[in-house]
Amino acid sequence: MDKEALKERILGLIPDAEFQENKQFLTFIIPPAKIHDLAVTLKTEADLAFDYLFCLSGVDMVKFLEVVYHLESTTLRHQLVLKVRTADRENGTVDTVCDIWHTAEFHEREVYDLMGIRFANHPDLRRLFLEEGWIGHPLRKDYVDEVNIVEL
Amino acid sequence: MGIKNIKETEFRDNETLDLFKQSGGNILLTTLDAVMDWGRSNSIWPLTFATSCCGIEMMATGASRHDFSRFGIEVYRASPRQADMIVVAGTIVNKMAPVLKRLYDQMSDPKYVIAMGACAVSGGPFFYNTYHVIRGVDHVIPVDVYVPGCPPRPEALLYGIMQLQRKIKLESLSNPRKTVELI
Repeated sequence: MDKEALKERILGLIPDAEFQENKQFLTFIIPPAKIHDLAVTLKTEADLAFDYLFCLSGVDMVKFLEVVYHLESTTLRHQLVLKVRTADRENGTVDTVCDIWHTAEFHEREVYDLMGIRFANHPDLRRLFLEEGWIGHPLRKDYVDEVNIVEL
Repeated sequence: MGIKNIKETEFRDNETLDLFKQSGGNILLTTLDAVMDWGRSNSIWPLTFATSCCGIEMMATGASRHDFSRFGIEVYRASPRQADMIVVAGTIVNKMAPVLKRLYDQMSDPKYVIAMGACAVSGGPFFYNTYHVIRGVDHVIPVDVYVPGCPPRPEALLYGIMQLQRKIKLESLSNPRKTVELI
């Protein structure tokens, strides 16, 4: 499916998705409540067939936290980027997609570890890189560590 | 620039090593020392240990073009118990530090450490604004030779290894830690 057709298809599925201009990828901002249902549709529908989540990242945009999903269909050769935003810095929660793309399990643990975004229904949401008992999430913009960080 | 361009006199000029030479000792021991150090310095077996991009340069140093087995750094050992030297090639993060310390402790004496590259020397590019990097591997284990660079070219590592060999050649059976005390 080419970009225009895919754009219409996605907007047909989620009318309140916000389209974002991007040269490389077709990008949509999705309401957090709808990401899981949309992900199931994207994976199962024959004309979409997004069978490969090739990147899942967390971003701290200061005003909100963002989870970015890079999707690809290995059979139909089209790509799509979804973004989900949460303004709650303390308990920001996004539904997990690791029951749909199993690779998301470790990606989501990494995002939780470094950015502090929680994933609802994740089977094993622990820190991935840092030790248990680490306080804070070091890749956040407001992270402070007086002992270890030497400010330039 | 290459290691060939360094003049012999410059290579030999090293104040610290001149300090080591003021050791003395009797004829039998010094001869024995000379034989032993000659053997030891020409068969330094390194531990297979690399944590980032310096490791690639270290592998290149071992590969056919630079081939450090010419200097007797013959064979990478996968076990610290068989290794004489550890080249700390790369960034050491807080989580890696205890592992490195244990590997060093498991190596049998005499053992030597080369800190290769900016990260191992001082933390390098990760000195500022990081929460998890050891700023210099000498906070964890004692270092014999520092090789600066990011990453150092294989010639630089070879130069560092040759300096280590010179250091080993000044060791003495009667007082194996003399080099340390003199510093």
